[in-house]
Amino acid sequence: MGMAADSEFHVLAVDDSIIDRKLIERLLKTSSYQVTTVDSGSKALEFLGLHEDLHDRIDQNTPSVSPNNHQEVEVNLVITDYCMPGMTGYDLLKKIKESSSLKNIPVVIMSSENVPSRISRCLEEGAEEFFLKPVRLSDLNKLRPHMLKTKSKDHCKEQVDEKTAFPSPKQEGKEESNNNKRKATEEGVSPERTRPRPRPRPNGITTMV
Amino acid sequence: MDLVKLQRQLVDYRASLYHECVLDEQFTQLQQLQDENNPDFVVEVVSLFFEDSERLLNELTKALEQQSIDFKRVDAHVHQLKGSSSSIGAQRVQKSCIAFRNYCEEQNVEGCLACLQQVRIEYSLVKTKLEYMFQLEQQILSSGGSIPI
Repeated sequence: MGMAADSEFHVLAVDDSIIDRKLIERLLKTSSYQVTTVDSGSKALEFLGLHEDLHDRIDQNTPSVSPNNHQEVEVNLVITDYCMPGMTGYDLLKKIKESSSLKNIPVVIMSSENVPSRISRCLEEGAEEFFLKPVRLSDLNKLRPHMLKTKSKDHCKEQVDEKTAFPSPKQEGKEESNNNKRKATEEGVSPERTRPRPRPRPNGITTMV
Repeated sequence: MDLVKLQRQLVDYRASLYHECVLDEQFTQLQQLQDENNPDFVVEVVSLFFEDSERLLNELTKALEQQSIDFKRVDAHVHQLKGSSSSIGAQRVQKSCIAFRNYCEEQNVEGCLACLQQVRIEYSLVKTKLEYMFQLEQQILSSGGSIPI
């Protein structure tokens, strides 16, 4: 197919549980991704090169990335637990989406609790997927499309107009402005995962079951 | 003991753990993640679970001994234990945590203490059984055999 090897995709996994970190690391490596695990939202932001004390919203012109931090390590996706002490996964999601330098990184939320309002909130804030724990290998198969989209997006930075330059083959017939927020589509959802439907969205994007 | 007997013993023992709901499907998932490159994955994860659970059980005991119990804190610990037991497939431990959380919500001390007792029992059970299972696996490997699926 001529696709680039998956090991060029780097996933940052965030979870305060050491058991779950070990598990997600193994799952991701089995799926041939490069993995970095951290145990908190603040460490995740540090790794991504974003410090909480930088007011990146104030000055959009200068990059919000601290020059001292290694942003050469590209992160193609962040997968984070929801319930964490201090900064929750939701807080982390928000910070990433509010950051001019990080907002295009796809974020996936994991939770052991099936709370419909929580799921909606995360999806509305821009999470690509919401996985119920324990996460399975089959769940991780859903990650690749999100990371591939980001790779092709790198060719045309921000300010893409309403017409999507790269119509993705899976989701045809969908008018979508260039942000990967508010998309909760995925085909082939495993049947044993009963996830409640997120609220229907005004632009008619299909929701996942 | 001969190899075939050992292997049969292991298969039967494993089956009994699932039958008794000590373990569930998630444990099978863990085993599937183990391979020649990561031959000790299951033992490693389970060891982390043991360490973490013992820490949590101690924290729970301390928290419930306080004059003025912080139920939010107790609940947070139980939530963690519920999560980790679910992640390794320790179903009975996980289920006992659910009842525990309900009592936390009701701020029911007696209920919480009873649940802590129950969680300890279920934890000891899964620990003993998994340790025995790992022992059987080791015996098989040392006899030059392979672990039956």
